[in-house]
Amino acid sequence: MKDTFRALKISENVYWVGAIDWGLRNFHGYLTSRGSTYNAFLILADKVTLVDTVKEPFFDEMMARIRSVIEPDRIDYVISNHSEMDHSGALPKTIAAVRPEKVFASSMGIKALSSHFHWDQEITKLSTGDTLDLGGANLRFIEARMLHWPDSMFTFYDEEGILFSNDAFGMHLASSERFADELDETVLRYEAAKYYANILLHLSPLIERLIDKLPGFNLNLKMIAPDHGPLWRQDPETIIGWYSEWAAQKPTSKAVVVYDTMWQSTAKMARAVADGIISRGVQVKLLPMEGSHRSDVITEVLDAGALVVGSPTMNNQLYPTVADVLTYIKGLRPRGLVGAAFGSYGWSGEAVGHIENALAEMKVELACESVKALYVPENDVLARCVELGEKVASALGAKL
Amino acid sequence: MTKYECTACGFIYDPEKGHEGSGVAAGTAWEDVPEDWVCPLCGVGKDMFEPV
Repeated sequence: MKDTFRALKISENVYWVGAIDWGLRNFHGYLTSRGSTYNAFLILADKVTLVDTVKEPFFDEMMARIRSVIEPDRIDYVISNHSEMDHSGALPKTIAAVRPEKVFASSMGIKALSSHFHWDQEITKLSTGDTLDLGGANLRFIEARMLHWPDSMFTFYDEEGILFSNDAFGMHLASSERFADELDETVLRYEAAKYYANILLHLSPLIERLIDKLPGFNLNLKMIAPDHGPLWRQDPETIIGWYSEWAAQKPTSKAVVVYDTMWQSTAKMARAVADGIISRGVQVKLLPMEGSHRSDVITEVLDAGALVVGSPTMNNQLYPTVADVLTYIKGLRPRGLVGAAFGSYGWSGEAVGHIENALAEMKVELACESVKALYVPENDVLARCVELGEKVASALGAKL
Repeated sequence: MTKYECTACGFIYDPEKGHEGSGVAAGTAWEDVPEDWVCPLCGVGKDMFEPV
C-alpha cells in the first residue's frame, strides 16, 4: 500500500517530514484557533539526519513522510533541539524504529529527555560552537537556554544557510502551504505575535541578547525553519525584525481593559472607563472574560501601553476568570505598562485590592486611585470611571 | 548580603547558602561567584540575574 503522507523538499538536501495538526485548539491553555504544525526535518547527507520529531500521535504520519524519501532505517543521526513533548513525543518510537547510530541533544536536553522518558538511551551532548560533519553537510549548534526551555537549541546547516530554530520564530498555524511567502502577511504577523506573547514574552531580555549576538555567529542565513508553522525562505529577517520590536516592549497608544461581571455592574464601569480612554485619543480594546481567552488577552497586551482591570468581588475574592487572566499575564511579565483597577461589590469589596496587588507585582504603574461601585453604579460612579480612563490615557501619553 | 534572582526561570541565589551543587560555597557574595557560573536550574549566565 502506498503511504498517504509525503515529504516536501524544502532545499537541495532537506525535506520537511512533520505533521499538520488542523484540529488543535488548546496548546497548554493557549487557544490555537488556526491549529498548528510540528515540523521535523530530514537532511540527506552521508549521515542521514533527522532534526526533531513530532507530537506522539503523529508518529505514523512523520514516518510515512520519511518513507516517501528514504527507508527510515537509513537515518544515522537524530538531533533533538527541544525536549517538549510536541517535538520529542515521537522520539522514543522513532529511535526504536530507526535504531540510529547516534542521538544528539544539549546537556540540558539530555537531562530533560531523561526526566520525560526515564530511559537509558545514550545521547551525545552538543554545546554552543560544536560542529557535526554529516559528509556533504556541516551542522553547527547554538544552545538557546530558556528560549524557551533550558534545553532549547538551534541547529544551523552551513552549506544551505538553514537555521532550525525549534520553537523560536514559530507560530501555531496549520496550513497547506509550508512557506511564509505563500501566506497572508497579516495572518502571519498576528499568529507570530500571539505565539511571542504567549510563549516568549517573559523572556524578552534574553531574546534581545540573542538577536544582538546573532551577527557574531556569522550565519549565512537563507532560511529560518522553526518547529511550528511556516518556514521563512524569503527575507528571514522579517520575523527577526518582528522579534526585535516585540522584545523591546515599547508602549504604544493603546489600552487594554480586561474585566468580568456578575450582574452587569462591572461591565457598565468597563464601558465608562473605555469611553474615558477613547476621549483622550487612545485606542482601547475592551475584553470581557466571558468571551475572551487568556491567550488573546496577552496578545492584545503585547503592544499595549496600559492595562486596566475590573472585577466584581465574589466571596471576598476576585471573580475566578479575572484571577485566571491575572495569573497568566503575571507569568508572561509584560513591562512598561500603566494601569488602574475598578470593580463592583455588595458588602466587603476585596477584589479591587487584589487587582491592585496583582498590578503592583507586575510592576504596572498605577495611574490613579481605583473606583469601586456598591452593587450598581450610579452616574456619579460612572463619571469617576470615565475620569479613571482619562487619567490612564494621560499617564500613558506621558510615556510615549 | 543581597540575593539575586534569575530573570529567566526564577531561581534565587542566596549568598548565605551559596550553591553546593554548582560548587559555590556558603557565604560567597554574588560578586565573587565565578563569571562563567550558570543558573543551576536553567543554564543562563550571571548577566541574567537581578538583585531582589
